[in-house]
Amino acid sequence: MATTLRAGTRQAAGGQKRRSRGRGARRPNWLAGVAGWLWLVIVIVPIYWIVITSFKTQSNYFTTNPFAPPTAPTLDNYRVVIEADFARYFVNSAIVALGAVVPAVLVSFMAAYAIVRGGDQWLLRSVNSLFLMGLAIPLQAAIIPIYLIIIRLHLYDTLLAIILPSIAFAIPLSVLVLSNFIRDVPKELFDSMRVDGASEWVTLWKLAFPLTRPALVTVSIYSGLAIWNGFLLPLILIQSPTQRTLPLALWTFQGQYSINVPAVLASVVLTTLPILILYVVGRRQLLSGLTAGFGK
Amino acid sequence: MTTLAPPAAPGTRRTTSTGGRSGSVAWMALPALLVFIAFGVVPLLGVLFLSFTSWDGIGVIKPTGLVSWRAVLADPGLLHALWVTFVIMALSWLVQTPASLLLGVFLAGHQRYREFLAVLFFIPLLLSSAAIAITYKALLDPNFGLGAGLHIPLLVQDWLGEARLAMGVIIFVVSWQFIPFHTLIYQGAVRQIPRSMYEAAQLDGAGRVRMFFRITLPQLKYTIITSSTLMVVGSLVFFDLIFVLTEGGPGDATRNLALDMYKRGFQANLMGQASAIAVILVLVALALALLLRRIGGGSSSTSQLEGV
Repeated sequence: MATTLRAGTRQAAGGQKRRSRGRGARRPNWLAGVAGWLWLVIVIVPIYWIVITSFKTQSNYFTTNPFAPPTAPTLDNYRVVIEADFARYFVNSAIVALGAVVPAVLVSFMAAYAIVRGGDQWLLRSVNSLFLMGLAIPLQAAIIPIYLIIIRLHLYDTLLAIILPSIAFAIPLSVLVLSNFIRDVPKELFDSMRVDGASEWVTLWKLAFPLTRPALVTVSIYSGLAIWNGFLLPLILIQSPTQRTLPLALWTFQGQYSINVPAVLASVVLTTLPILILYVVGRRQLLSGLTAGFGK
Repeated sequence: MTTLAPPAAPGTRRTTSTGGRSGSVAWMALPALLVFIAFGVVPLLGVLFLSFTSWDGIGVIKPTGLVSWRAVLADPGLLHALWVTFVIMALSWLVQTPASLLLGVFLAGHQRYREFLAVLFFIPLLLSSAAIAITYKALLDPNFGLGAGLHIPLLVQDWLGEARLAMGVIIFVVSWQFIPFHTLIYQGAVRQIPRSMYEAAQLDGAGRVRMFFRITLPQLKYTIITSSTLMVVGSLVFFDLIFVLTEGGPGDATRNLALDMYKRGFQANLMGQASAIAVILVLVALALALLLRRIGGGSSSTSQLEGV
């Protein structure tokens, strides 16, 4: 097939139309090609620089060509980062991400189920519209009252302070994606559950949950990554160093070590590593999770 | 397509199938609703309330009527922040849309090497805004950064210390961060265009350029609207990146609305004024969303969010 395609390409490029039954337009698209390779360079150069520099000593960094690999690779920078308590920040970030994503996805799933199954009730319709409105309004605009509420709840400077608003922020999109997915479940399956005498609660977990799994993974990845990388909520709701999450720690670390570029870049590599591993393991799921509901 | 206008079409059938028992599902929406009201709706209404008060973030909240609003509206800083927000929105849209479109078309091909390139293309998606900003800050440092290391005078500029350059850097870094996301959306959409359309066009002797403008672009109409909506509304709340990269500087050259809100509230302790800015932010976002919907000619906001 590859050969036919290529033959088709040459044909098409020659401006012929007779034998162009090769599947679709397969002539070279120079503009897109140039854009593609250019983008590769734009992405790779900074990434390459981050990685090699993180293995250089500080003096090595100042004396050698920035793009040359380190003459004497060192792990010292990583030691500095780890000694700066990054293991704790990692745990904090993991607690916040899991603590927000799991409840957010579960309550969104239940709400989506209710909206699909009882969608003709005005109550559920208005709940749905409320969530949809949450998609159009940037919730970041609400941080000042959130700060006030968190203080009044005596949650300031705790991880729970980040978790609760993160759940709320994740709900609108999760409900939208999940309800679209549940809507595609064939009605006959629901009917047969009903005939078997299953309650809605049982149907929710026994039928809808397994069938919705791909969408559940999608929304978990989308909100999980947003929360893992979140900066604004920790910035305003966390004060003590021990409660920092990774992005916040990265920022303060950079403030303290701004001259030690290799160490700063090592902290960037270390904090990105968990996501990078996820990317290597489940690239397709991660990417489809990222466009949750936006593209198809 | 417009899965979002849900209860209307399949509603009639569902009424009969769920019948009177549908009451038993409503409570399932309750947990999500409560959390969303507590940390979404109440704060959004609260911000309107707080904009009519004076509060330093610690002490008592004093209702002061229009004092905060007057201060904000009389401050030329507001117009400037609106302008900066608009410039970032427009320029980042202008850079990102053609680039993502081209890259999406490029990656929609199924050739091996393109699939390999795709793995690398999307790496910026994985990094946090803070990490990206920190990296570029180090990379562009006039004394310790790339330019100094390579001894290329052209690269040795005070990138973040000069208003125009700093704005350029922000547009570049924003694009670096978000082009992969939009490329991903376009890639998916291009792959959904029926091949038969291209085959028919080819039979008619249409060239690539013509096929792009006659088939690809019109077919991507809703995707372009989706992507643009996300870009525009998203650019309103760019905070992390600018905060770490320039902190709104030099001076206030890159101080957009979101940064203005943060600085007034959490650095100058003028929560009332910051809340007024937040209200303006919400109004601008809603106006833009409505405008884009008008342009798209879509009937429901969901069909746009849904893409194709």
